Amino acid sequence: MPGLDDLYREIILDHYRSPRNRGELAPPAVRAEGHNPLCGDEIQVYLDVVDGVVNDIKITGSGCSISLSSASMMSQAVKGKKIADVKALVNRFRSMMGLDIADAESDTDVLSIDDDTEVAAPEVKLGDLEALQGVVKFPVRIKCATLAWITLTQAMAEVPNA
Amino acid sequence: MGLDGALVRKDFPIFERFIDGAPIVYLDSANTSQKPRQVIDAMTSFIENSYAPINRSAYRLAGEATDAFEAARSKVARFINARSSDEVVFTKNATESLNLLAYSWGRANLNAGDVVVLTHLEHHANIVPWHMLQAERGIVLRWVPLTADGQLDLTDLAALLTDAKVFSFTAMSNVLGTITPVQQLCEAAHAAGAIAIVDGCQYVPHNVTDVQAWGADFLAFSSHKMCGPTGIGVLWGREQLLDAMPPFLGGGNMIADVRLDGFTTAPLPAKFEAGTPAIIETIGLGAAVDYLSNLGMANVREHEMQLGSYAMSALTKRYGNDISIHGPSDIAVRGATLSFAFAGIHPHDLSQVLDQRNVCVRAGHHCAKPLMRLLGVSATARASFYIYNDESDADALVDALAGASDIFGF
Repeated sequence: MPGLDDLYREIILDHYRSPRNRGELAPPAVRAEGHNPLCGDEIQVYLDVVDGVVNDIKITGSGCSISLSSASMMSQAVKGKKIADVKALVNRFRSMMGLDIADAESDTDVLSIDDDTEVAAPEVKLGDLEALQGVVKFPVRIKCATLAWITLTQAMAEVPNA
Repeated sequence: MGLDGALVRKDFPIFERFIDGAPIVYLDSANTSQKPRQVIDAMTSFIENSYAPINRSAYRLAGEATDAFEAARSKVARFINARSSDEVVFTKNATESLNLLAYSWGRANLNAGDVVVLTHLEHHANIVPWHMLQAERGIVLRWVPLTADGQLDLTDLAALLTDAKVFSFTAMSNVLGTITPVQQLCEAAHAAGAIAIVDGCQYVPHNVTDVQAWGADFLAFSSHKMCGPTGIGVLWGREQLLDAMPPFLGGGNMIADVRLDGFTTAPLPAKFEAGTPAIIETIGLGAAVDYLSNLGMANVREHEMQLGSYAMSALTKRYGNDISIHGPSDIAVRGATLSFAFAGIHPHDLSQVLDQRNVCVRAGHHCAKPLMRLLGVSATARASFYIYNDESDADALVDALAGASDIFGF
């Protein structure tokens, strides 16, 4: 079994202990809600998009260290980005989690069995999010890491004229 | 006199397996139990020597299979002290047993405004079927609240049961371990004119069960939590009530006659057993009942009282206020199913760290989301002990938790 150091990297624990961008946004920001029915974790993503750019993002909800740190790092990574770039980042993240890109727009997380799925814009930089790479070695935790991203994808779909 | 967990463990082949060079500390039996050699052998031997259809063929082998199948039913009847084996209906699991009741008894007897009383301890399996009936028929649900330590608060029970037609409750909470006063609850239901349905899924594997002493009307439980295989469960009901109920699923085996213009039902219990049942699994359940009966259910309960007390005090002694065990602290009113919060660490993270030491606990909402909301948490970690556990397993849990505090810090 891979060591827990692969999973609980210091930067992950830092985001878990001090999550960034916690809170709510008032309309016209959109709101999306995600649940992990297996464990009861839930997350709300508030997204304020102005002229095709993420002006602000806030997150509420409860979850484990992996789901909360993933949400926190995600919020930092997408703030100020164009929606098109956010979508590329989502795909890049899903690819890192070993999830099928073709499935990226659906809610169904299908694990890809093939290891070289680095097809989604490898030039997209993940930054701190690379720390979550170790999650792939713990397959039951992948759903924790992707919950915020699935919810973000739903939020983007709610944005008028996005 | 209790049991020797280490000795019992030798009957369970899975404990011969090592993961990362160390034995498995299985503390998830409230979820599903491991299987003893005796059950595995009974199923294998039946497949290899006696397998054939039941209840429908004239040759000797089929007669032998039918006898083995019905012998399992008699064993189950004796295990719960049913008046007759005709009162034992085989289902897929306890969930199906409860759905059968809501579907069949519920649709025959409940209409708009009729009251069904449940409790805040219930598993989704004893909630959602009634929600479905609420949506379809407009029945009214009432809920028995809990005391601060997770027992049923019976202060207003009589008022809650006024005009109720059904009181359906767990005999033991799968989250808090709380054991409810089943006999008293059955009496209260009957005094109000309601039927009493007992969800025995957690209780039956761990305690002496006597449906007649309880005065219950129905009891649902599953094989897989009591050393038997998955795919087979039990609905026990009083004969008079089962007789009066319309059938559930239609098909083969449940009929006396079928004509172009209709059908008549078979007598109990076949009336509720449409189609070819889980024959092999039923044989396995019969063997599981034999296995537990040989241990003695009073011994099982005593073993778990000792072990539950030991685990609770070991956890508290080591971690003090950093650990909070949900539910009653008095072992007399609880089983050895311990849900706990630890140092503010999320149950998923706890479970992950414990897994590193092969300590298997459940992290999640335990299919009891209303109870989670009441506790003010989204999930708990739950360690549940059974016959094959002993103090060394509790010690392993206590030691492994230190790893979680090392990583997440307090």
